[in-house]
Amino acid sequence: MTALLEVSSISVTFDGFRAINNLSFSIGDVEMRAIIGPNGAGKTTFMDIITGKTRPDSGEVIWGTPPVNLLSMSESQIAQAGVGRKFQRPTVFEAQTVHDNLMMAMKSKRSPLASLVYHSNQKDEAGIDAIAAEVGLATALQRRAGELSHGQKQWLEIGMLLAQEPRLLLVDEPAAGMTPSEREHTTALLKRTAMSRAVIVVEHDMEFVRRLDCRVTVLHEGSVLAEGSLEHVTSNQEVIDVYLGR
Amino acid sequence: MTGTSPRFLLLSQPSILLFMAALAAFTLFVTIGSEAIGAGFISTSFVKTLGKTLCLCLVAIAMDLVWGYCGILSLGHFAFFGLGGYLIGMWLMYARTEDIVLASLAGQALPPTPREIHDAIGTQIFGVVGGSDIPLVWTFAGSLPVQLLFVLLVPGVLALVFGWLAFRSRVAGVYLSILTQAMTLALSLYLFQNDSGLRGNNGLSGLQNLPGLDGVPQALVSLWFLWASALALAAAYLFAAWMVSGKFGNIIRAIRDDEQRVRFLGYPVETYKLFVFTVTALMAAIAGALYYPQAGIINPAEIAPIASIYLAVWVAIGGRGRLYGAVIGAAAVSLLSSWFTGGQAPDIPLGVYTIKWVDWWQVVLGLGFVLVTLSAPNGLGGLVDHVIRRKASP
Repeated sequence: MTALLEVSSISVTFDGFRAINNLSFSIGDVEMRAIIGPNGAGKTTFMDIITGKTRPDSGEVIWGTPPVNLLSMSESQIAQAGVGRKFQRPTVFEAQTVHDNLMMAMKSKRSPLASLVYHSNQKDEAGIDAIAAEVGLATALQRRAGELSHGQKQWLEIGMLLAQEPRLLLVDEPAAGMTPSEREHTTALLKRTAMSRAVIVVEHDMEFVRRLDCRVTVLHEGSVLAEGSLEHVTSNQEVIDVYLGR
Repeated sequence: MTGTSPRFLLLSQPSILLFMAALAAFTLFVTIGSEAIGAGFISTSFVKTLGKTLCLCLVAIAMDLVWGYCGILSLGHFAFFGLGGYLIGMWLMYARTEDIVLASLAGQALPPTPREIHDAIGTQIFGVVGGSDIPLVWTFAGSLPVQLLFVLLVPGVLALVFGWLAFRSRVAGVYLSILTQAMTLALSLYLFQNDSGLRGNNGLSGLQNLPGLDGVPQALVSLWFLWASALALAAAYLFAAWMVSGKFGNIIRAIRDDEQRVRFLGYPVETYKLFVFTVTALMAAIAGALYYPQAGIINPAEIAPIASIYLAVWVAIGGRGRLYGAVIGAAAVSLLSSWFTGGQAPDIPLGVYTIKWVDWWQVVLGLGFVLVTLSAPNGLGGLVDHVIRRKASP
């Protein structure tokens, strides 16, 4: 299996605090991966580095075939290359409708002039409808995103992620604050998505990770502590000590 | 609203038609009331005031686009406005002085050499700052087409370069406001210098006189400019409404609300900001080029940062993120301001103290600004929306 994303020995320090310490990681084209780890393990910083928000002090992040170096690209270029990100706190454009949120996310030319002369067309509208149906917001298209419930906002953001047609989805705590039935819906959605692309889920909730049924990477103090099936890593003594034992 | 084609723009947004109708009715009314070709109950100086007000509405639309829609609180747009005025003023002053010089030299026995004409123009224009050489920046001042091109080119390039430097370094929020204010102040201070080549603190004057049209009375000229200003305002309103009605509008509002998120959607946020900043600078420059021939005079004090702050106040009072809000704010506040500070408002004697509006107007404006910000954050335009929505939903 060729790797879609190859992160090798990255390190980053904030004011003397080593947030990421010689971390290496790789994920294939079609794969689901859960990243777990206690608070301060570097999960969010790791995502910031992949998406271009934070520059590491050293190391390499190589993407796709032919391989390109993500570290030399801006956030928007990385997003256009096919990395989509969902934040921990749902961030949708609350003043705008669900439809317009999805419309902005739909894969398209991103330049100002292209947006100025953009006309809605049947293909895009059908795509928006399909995604809205997929995330369970088909009847809410004309509602303002700010009016949605917490769970609906999470789905809208996942919908926006799907609309971008990324090859890799970075999903930060998708189940946070969701009711059990909403969680089930989210699990199914992520599993379906991972059948055609790479998905990295960062999660605290072990029960949720168990349902995802995928390989797990455990982060601790900025580097990989263990990697493998959930059973494998939960039986690892070190993992139990730093994380599960608490 | 997404992907509205220009054809359907008017139908989908009744406020645009309403605005156009109001603007047309206003222009017609002033024309009928003018001294030049109408009944004469509107004085020529008031026609000029109204024409200038239309230009201020135009620059307010630009401010609303850049601040109200895209979230960039620029305190530099009046600098672009002033630059537009200076660049058209250079032609007005040069070409008219040339006419005067040619007329006065015509009676001589020997026809004047080009050198003599050149020197005489230099002395006429720059005598006031103790010089007679025509500075380099006036090289093309005799050519209307070139100066008109400069009206767009100079502020456009300044906005492009300044914006590129600022946005590329991710300067945003209050820091960007301070930076734009510094740019405005620097420009104003530079123009104050006599050797800036633009007559220092004297500025440019006599701009109300159109070269070669001495026979045309000011009453008619003022009306021409009012019509031109109304046309420019209508065009700018349509253009702005088109810009914000489609996907572009969705994106710049998204940038205003959460620019980091827009970046992760793959949009080059800095390019969008630069685009809006530059386009609105051009709109401001056009407004300035129409304003100052009606004002008759421009000097560096017009470009001082306070002017750009006023611009922000108009838009805030009128209602950010609503084009008609910007127009309402600019028109209401600037007309009220010229009424209060023009000495027309009656002083209020309180026995021990007399309230003179010339001084107290600033206080009233300041209180009004605070009041609107606190009680109606969406401004006067927001109140209009509120009424309409109330009527729409029983």
